[in-house]
Amino acid sequence: MHNFNYHRPNNVADAVTALGGAGDGKIIAGGMTLVPTLKQRLAAPSDLIDLNGIADLKGIKAESDGITIGAMTRHAEVAASSLVKSAIPALAELAELIGDRQVRNRGTIGGSLANNDPAADYPAAILGLGATVRTNKREIAADDFFQGLFETALEEGEIITAVHFPKPEKAAYRKFAQPASRFALIGVFVAKTKGGIRVAVTGGGNGVFRATDIETALAANFTPAAAKGVKLDPADFNGDLHGTPEYRAALVSTMAARAVEAC
Amino acid sequence: MTTETGIGAAVKRREDFRFLTGRGTYTDDINRPHQAYGYILRSPYAAAQITGIDTSKAKAAPGVIAVLTGADYDKGGLPCGWQIHSKDGSPMIEPAHPPLCKDQVRHVGDQVALVVAETYAEAKDAAELIEVDYKELPAIISTAKASEDGAPQVWPEAKNNICFDWHIGDKAATDAAFAKAHHVTKIDLVNQRLIPNAMEPRSAVGDYDRATGDYTLYTTSQNPHVIRLLMGAFVLQIPEHKLRVVAPDVGGGFGSKIFHYAEEALVTWASGKVGRPIKWTAERSEAFISDAQGRDHVSHAELAMDKDGKFLGLRVNTIANMGAYLSTFAPCVPTYLHATLLAGVYTTPAIYAEVKAVFTHTVPVDAYRGAGRPEATYLLERLVAKAARDMQMDQVEIRRRNFIPKDAFPYQTPVALQYDSGDYEATLDLALQMSKWADFENRRAEAAKRGKLRGIGISTYLEACGIAPSAVVGSLGARAGLYETGSIRVHPTGSVTVFTGSHSHGQGHETTFAQLVSDGLGIPLENVEVVHGDTAKIPFGMGTYGSRSLAVGGSALVKAMDKIIAKATKIAAHLMEAAASDVEFKDGNFTVKGTDKSIPFGQVALTAYVPHNYPITELEPGLEETAFYDPLNFTYPGGTHICEVEIDPETGITQVVNFTAVDDVGRVINPMIVEGQVHGGLAQGIGQALLERCVYDEDSGQLLTGSYMDYTMPRADDLPSFQVATHGTMCTHNPIGAKGVGEVGAIGSPPAVINAVIDALAPLGIEDMSMPATPLKVWQAIQSAPKKMSAA
Amino acid sequence: MPTVRMTVNGRAVSGEIEARTLLVHFLRNQLGLTGTHVGCDTSQCGACVVHVDGTSIKSCTLLAIQAEGAEVTTIEGLATGDELHPMQAAFREHHGLQCGFCTPGMVMSAVDLVKTNPDPSEQQIREGLEGNICRCTGYHNIVKAVKAGAKAMNAGAMKG
Repeated sequence: MHNFNYHRPNNVADAVTALGGAGDGKIIAGGMTLVPTLKQRLAAPSDLIDLNGIADLKGIKAESDGITIGAMTRHAEVAASSLVKSAIPALAELAELIGDRQVRNRGTIGGSLANNDPAADYPAAILGLGATVRTNKREIAADDFFQGLFETALEEGEIITAVHFPKPEKAAYRKFAQPASRFALIGVFVAKTKGGIRVAVTGGGNGVFRATDIETALAANFTPAAAKGVKLDPADFNGDLHGTPEYRAALVSTMAARAVEAC
Repeated sequence: MTTETGIGAAVKRREDFRFLTGRGTYTDDINRPHQAYGYILRSPYAAAQITGIDTSKAKAAPGVIAVLTGADYDKGGLPCGWQIHSKDGSPMIEPAHPPLCKDQVRHVGDQVALVVAETYAEAKDAAELIEVDYKELPAIISTAKASEDGAPQVWPEAKNNICFDWHIGDKAATDAAFAKAHHVTKIDLVNQRLIPNAMEPRSAVGDYDRATGDYTLYTTSQNPHVIRLLMGAFVLQIPEHKLRVVAPDVGGGFGSKIFHYAEEALVTWASGKVGRPIKWTAERSEAFISDAQGRDHVSHAELAMDKDGKFLGLRVNTIANMGAYLSTFAPCVPTYLHATLLAGVYTTPAIYAEVKAVFTHTVPVDAYRGAGRPEATYLLERLVAKAARDMQMDQVEIRRRNFIPKDAFPYQTPVALQYDSGDYEATLDLALQMSKWADFENRRAEAAKRGKLRGIGISTYLEACGIAPSAVVGSLGARAGLYETGSIRVHPTGSVTVFTGSHSHGQGHETTFAQLVSDGLGIPLENVEVVHGDTAKIPFGMGTYGSRSLAVGGSALVKAMDKIIAKATKIAAHLMEAAASDVEFKDGNFTVKGTDKSIPFGQVALTAYVPHNYPITELEPGLEETAFYDPLNFTYPGGTHICEVEIDPETGITQVVNFTAVDDVGRVINPMIVEGQVHGGLAQGIGQALLERCVYDEDSGQLLTGSYMDYTMPRADDLPSFQVATHGTMCTHNPIGAKGVGEVGAIGSPPAVINAVIDALAPLGIEDMSMPATPLKVWQAIQSAPKKMSAA
Repeated sequence: MPTVRMTVNGRAVSGEIEARTLLVHFLRNQLGLTGTHVGCDTSQCGACVVHVDGTSIKSCTLLAIQAEGAEVTTIEGLATGDELHPMQAAFREHHGLQCGFCTPGMVMSAVDLVKTNPDPSEQQIREGLEGNICRCTGYHNIVKAVKAGAKAMNAGAMKG
């Protein structure tokens, strides 16, 4: 990897300052995607601003009929959190399925969201639960946050501080892992929320999206068979070595049905 | 001598302490004083002309010591160790293989320049500043299409990209057998390309000593003497006495570390040029495009049977992909390690096989665990399974009907090999019992209730290893002998250092060879030390591959022990004032027959070094012997593998739920290590069947599976626990009776898995499945199946 | 160049490094702790697993400078003198290693796994070692070793 200047601020304001002062600064959270990217020399930032020293960004707390997870909270903490397990068990289960043990010990929810990998797990939960992404500047609704392949609503100098998840009536996540990388070939998060049924799909295309056809079917009849019966259009899915668009489309219905069964 | 440490005892490994505490010494752990670092700039194109290279910016970069390109390289090319002749008698096409490309690159990853710098990061930074002008050329990737008219040419001298067009067997007899056949079963198969992926990436440290003019190469090799010979004599012209090659702890090989690679020659050569030790270590993504790859056959096969399912004749036509260059042993893999195995365990009287080897713009292909034998076994066992279905015969019955009976040995096959021993019924019976074969249909029905498709598959295989009788392989094109050496140095106080030309990179020779010698000399295990992997210490050696270490390397040690005992017997006879013919050696003691006169081994050893009372006119002092052992034949392990799978029809995912392997590996020295070898082989075989494949983009030649993000390595949760057992018949022609165990798991298992997958899918009318049976492929097969799933 | 300070295997260490230096390279090249290995460049293989502040991480995916002030344990720090840690002993007893290259990372992951799950089932062990690739053993004996190692660690904890 190319060399860079390293900053380790203690608070968000200093992080923003450091980012503003850098020629081509990049934020590092867990680093589980960024460090491999730097190693492959696919990115060469002038400065790295490390958020690991900011205590305010860590931790899980109960808040207004739901839970709030600090941006620098590790996946392993979410997976093991009794607070998360009691309020939204599906979220803890999803966190347990991210990467491997070592990735979970280091990777963070904020990093995962800011990166918005099209095959990442967390975006499915954020969108599926209709969570709110909090930044140093504002609150962003999940439906507005994800904007396509590695693109988010985050503006320059904007740092995710926390994510607020409203408690759903029920929810579940089912993932079919790409055999080599173990990222989601297809992951489906199904939630029965106050605002209705939400079904979020990761791994299918250029980023997480809501499977509205399945939402409609499940609103009418919340059963595995109803989800399984929805045939999605393969044209909306990408294809690669591990899955054709047809396969991915079919897996969405299958994984959605299994998630409903687990709800 | 106790039975806890002798032959047959599951002795815990002596190498484990250092590996478990982080004290192993792998090549990348070695640092020489004043060491510099090398980085190899590689071709980003599969086929391109190099029209210009500008290294000036790189040379001026911080820390850079040298930037070397093909124009600077003035030594030889990498040699090929095996020559095949085509049907028409012409020798194979053997293109030049320079360590650094000059005018043209021929695969993604081909070496273009070596940057030497103070640190690895600086070398890599500088490599980005090298400006190479490439004129991209069309590439040929496909094995099947490489020899079609109009395909892009890899080498001008290899018309239609054909390296050789070889055959074996009696064509007329085979045609005659087919003419009288009741039924002919035909099959088309691809044995996909694999990437070996030893967990330790290749590494090399070249160290030239100006004071003595000596070169030392530390390298990740399975055979340091072979590297010294090839690199010294053919590439860099350094005589053996001025070149030391050390292969220290090596983190797995599986064949991929047999071969002499460009990087070894480059760091050694450049070390001499710049006067500094140079270390190069592959990054994994670099290993993906520079380690020799494995398999890559496209085959058509036909089996002629009589009305009772008795095999009458076998025809095989194989295209084998060599990649862009001939790697060290590439040509022998699809020929003498593949086609000669096509009789398998069966009495098929007439066999004819044709093998066409082709060049493509891909990484060279060479031996990978099993090398040729997995390809032969997969072909044969898929074909036999299909034949049984065609003939509506039981999968077990068709095999039994065609087995070579156990009283038929030695058995001459129609494809050159003569098997010495085996008992295929016995391994089959044991495997059927262990796998609960007879109850399978109950398990299938139970799985169906859960909505799963369950299937069972069998493979009764044979392989040839213990490589190899030198005269035989010499007549077949080998450019080397394939004996092994062993030295036993008995120290004055009776402890022993064993020097072996075999190399251990996971096999546990430091333990098994010590057991062998401890048992043979009747001395405690802790008094035996095994040394390997250094040309400065070991007299000579051909190394470890082809499951040869115990059968050949171990036999050399037995021969050396025979010499030690013969000499020691004379010394003991002198001490006991008896005739040597009256002295016998047993359990570490020399005894005058029929008397209680006895002296221990240690006393004889001391006498050999303190020869005060010694037959000095007849014998030299000292007790050290070396033996070279050249095997009389290959060895022939075989056995039965049975796999049981469950398929989730909704996702296509296949889970191996049971795997039984019963292998005849001959004499077992350490059953714990033998089981471990089988487990590892099974994981690679199951990996090939379900997970692994090397895929290039057919147009650009870019490797699409160039990291663990896309190349599916078997992980712990992909595999079941295995049921393994051995059922040994002894090898009749080596002094141990050992046959070899390193490759059996990878050879026998792939067809067992695929036969199980096809059996699971058979109720849907599906008759074929290619490797790897990925979830996608299985799902697609189910979607387009002639019959639908019945409601569970 | 920045200076980094941390505690490695109970010893306070420091070194001048480029900011881009990975923890694994600091351990191997600057501290000479070559037991931690590099087997891939995509954070998949786990040969580089060490413990940082008590949990297992991949030291090829952490900058050394990020470990400023941390407590790091490598494979060299697991045994007590010549006495193997119960997990190391179990790997030896059950032949859970062959070439030894993946072994340090595998053992460090196994120890961390047992810390959070003292009595893992075979399936939990297999899933818990998802981040560690072994090419030699087929995992059969690794699973046995981890099961036995867990038992021994628990017995040791009860005694201690």
